[in-house]
Amino acid sequence: MTAQSTELQHATLQVHDLSIVYKTIYGELKAVNKLNLTIGRGESVAVVGESGSGKSTLGLSIVRLLPGNARYSEGGINLDGQDVEKLKDRDLTRMRGSSVFMIFQDPLNALNPVKRIKDQMFEALKTRNEREGGSADKESGQRELVESLRSVRMPDPELILNRFPHQLSGGQIQRVVIAMGLLMRPKLLIADEPTSALDVTIQAQVLKLMRDLQREYGMSILFVTHDISIAYAISDRIIVMYAGEIVEDGSTEKIIRKPLHPYAQALIASIPKKSKDQGDLTTISGSTPNMLNPPSGCRFHSRCPFVMEKCITNSPNFIENDDRRVRCFLYGG
Amino acid sequence: MVDEPVIEAKQVSRYFLAAKKGLLESIFRREIPIVRAVDNVDITVNRGEVVALVGESGCGKTTLGRMLTTLETPTSGEIIFKGETMNEHNKSRFRGKIQLVFQNPLESLDPRMALRDIVVEPLERMNLTSAEKTSMFENALSYVGLESRNFAYRRPSDLSGGQRQRVAVARAIVSNPEFVVLDEPTSALDASVQSQVLNLLVKLHKNFGFAYLFITHNIAVARYISDRVAIMYAGKVVETGPTAQVMTHPKHPYTQALLSAVPTTENKDLTPPVGEVPSLINPPSGCRFHPRCPYVMEVCKTTEPPLRMSEGEEVACWLYK
Repeated sequence: MTAQSTELQHATLQVHDLSIVYKTIYGELKAVNKLNLTIGRGESVAVVGESGSGKSTLGLSIVRLLPGNARYSEGGINLDGQDVEKLKDRDLTRMRGSSVFMIFQDPLNALNPVKRIKDQMFEALKTRNEREGGSADKESGQRELVESLRSVRMPDPELILNRFPHQLSGGQIQRVVIAMGLLMRPKLLIADEPTSALDVTIQAQVLKLMRDLQREYGMSILFVTHDISIAYAISDRIIVMYAGEIVEDGSTEKIIRKPLHPYAQALIASIPKKSKDQGDLTTISGSTPNMLNPPSGCRFHSRCPFVMEKCITNSPNFIENDDRRVRCFLYGG
Repeated sequence: MVDEPVIEAKQVSRYFLAAKKGLLESIFRREIPIVRAVDNVDITVNRGEVVALVGESGCGKTTLGRMLTTLETPTSGEIIFKGETMNEHNKSRFRGKIQLVFQNPLESLDPRMALRDIVVEPLERMNLTSAEKTSMFENALSYVGLESRNFAYRRPSDLSGGQRQRVAVARAIVSNPEFVVLDEPTSALDASVQSQVLNLLVKLHKNFGFAYLFITHNIAVARYISDRVAIMYAGKVVETGPTAQVMTHPKHPYTQALLSAVPTTENKDLTPPVGEVPSLINPPSGCRFHPRCPYVMEVCKTTEPPLRMSEGEEVACWLYK
C-alpha cells in the first residue's frame, strides 16, 4: 500500500476512468472509453494504435485542446496536482506553459507565420521567467535562445533566430518548437506523431534529443504514434490502444519481445522484417470498428484469431500478467 | 535468367527553375537559380524485377519516378523502354505499358467518378466496347481482392484508405503494363493495412511478372518488397545492389548513416548523421555527402566519385577504389 501511495505522489499525470464523447450528426461517438493511466516523473510512455483508436484524443484531452463537439463525459485528469477539467482559462494558460507542452504532427501550424523565430521563442522564455520570478533581459535571453537551439542540433542558430517560419524546413521548425518546449521546461511533454513529417535522419535526431531531455531534466513524455519501431526507440513503457480502450500496458522491452494481447501481437507481427521470398506479411483480418456502434464484448473479437464464446458477450477486464496489464480472456478472468 | 531491361535511364537529369521567369527577368537577363533535382542518374529495371528507390525527401526520387513514367521530360539524358528511346513525340505510345500508383489515393482518384470509370480510364484509347471494359474492370478488381459488383458505382469517398489504394492498383494493372512505378503507395496507410497492400503487390508481381520501381523512404518496406535497391542522396544515386547485400553490408557512408537512423525493434540507440540535407540549388562540390561524412578525405571535396562496381554492387564513394 505504501509503495502505491508514493507512486501516486510522484505521478506527473493521472487519468482516471476517462471517457471522451464526440457529438456527430450520426450520434454520439465515444472515442475514449473509461481509460485509466498513470505516468510517473521522468517516465517515457508511448501510446500505440491505428487511426481511430483514440490515441490523439487522449493527448488532446490532457491539454484541453479538444474540438468544440467533444465532451469529457466521465472521469477526470489530474496533471501535476491540478484537475485539468476544472481549470479556469487563466490557470489553463499557465498550465500549458509550465506543466505540459504539446508538439503536434504538423509543425507549420504551431508557429505564427508573421513573427520572427526570435520573438516567438522569447515569448516562451518570458512565460517561464514570469513563473519562476526571474527576469528576462534581451541579452541573456538571446544567449539562452541560441543555447537552446544548439541543444536541438540546429546549425547556425544566430541566423535561424532572425528568420520567419516559412524560411525554415519542416525539420527545422519542428526543432524550433522542441527548443521552445525546452525553454519552458515542462513536467510532461506530449508529442502527437511529431516525427511523421520528418525524414528518417532528422527523425532520429529529434527522438534522440527527446530521450536526452527526459534523462537530463526528469521530464515525462507521452508519445503518440502508430509506428511500433518509433515507440520502441522513445519509450520505457508502451500502451497499446484499440477502439478507445487500452488493451495492453507494460514495459517496452516485454511488449515488443512478447506481446500478450492478440491485437498487440498482430500489430508487432505486421512490421515487415523479412523479404518477399520468405512469404507473406502477417495481416489483421477485418477493419477497424465503427466507433458510433462499437462491437459487443471485447472490441477486438471480430478480428481476433483466438476468439471464444465469452469474448462476444462479455467485456474483459484488465488482468495482471507478467508485470503488465492486459485486457484479454486468454489470460484469465 | 538473362537480365533483360524493361526500362533504362541513361545519365538523366531534371533541372527546375527555382523561381518563375517573368518579364523583368527576361528583359534584364537575370539569372534564375536552378534546382538540380536529379543529376546524371543511371538506373535500370529488368523484366520481372522489383527495384526499391530509397532516399529522404528532396533527394529526387519522385522526380526520377515521374520521368520514367513520361510525366516529366528529362533536361538531359535518355530513357529507353524495351530498346526504344522515349521522346516528346512518341511518349504517348508507351503510356499503356507504363503505369504509376501515387502515395495518396484520395488525391489521385477523381472524387466525382464512379470506380468502374476510374479503373477503365487507361483503356480509353484501345477502342473497346462497354462490355469488354466491364469484364476487364471485373478482372482487375478481383485481382486486387475487391468484389466488383459491390464497388462498380461507388465513389472513392465511400471507401477506406486500404480499399482506395487497391482501386489505384487495379487502375494501374488494368492495361496489363510491363512496368509500374509505385510512389510511396503504403506510407499513408495504417500498419495492418500496409501489410495487406504489400502482400497484394507481391502477389501481382509473382502472378503477372510486372516490373516495379518502388519509391519509398521506409527501409523495412524496401527490404521486404525489392530484389535490388538504389539509394539516392541529393539528386544522385550513391549506391545500388542486391537488397539483402546493401541492407546488411552498406558500403556508402550515407547508406550506413541512413540505416543506423531507422528505428527498428532491434536497435534502440539511433545514431543519426550530423547536419542537414544539402541545397540542390548550390550542391556541395565533389561528393555531395562530404560535409556530413565521417570518413571525408581531400579528394571528396574536389572530385565527384563515379558509380563503380565493387564486390557485386555499385557504389559512388572514393573509399572503394
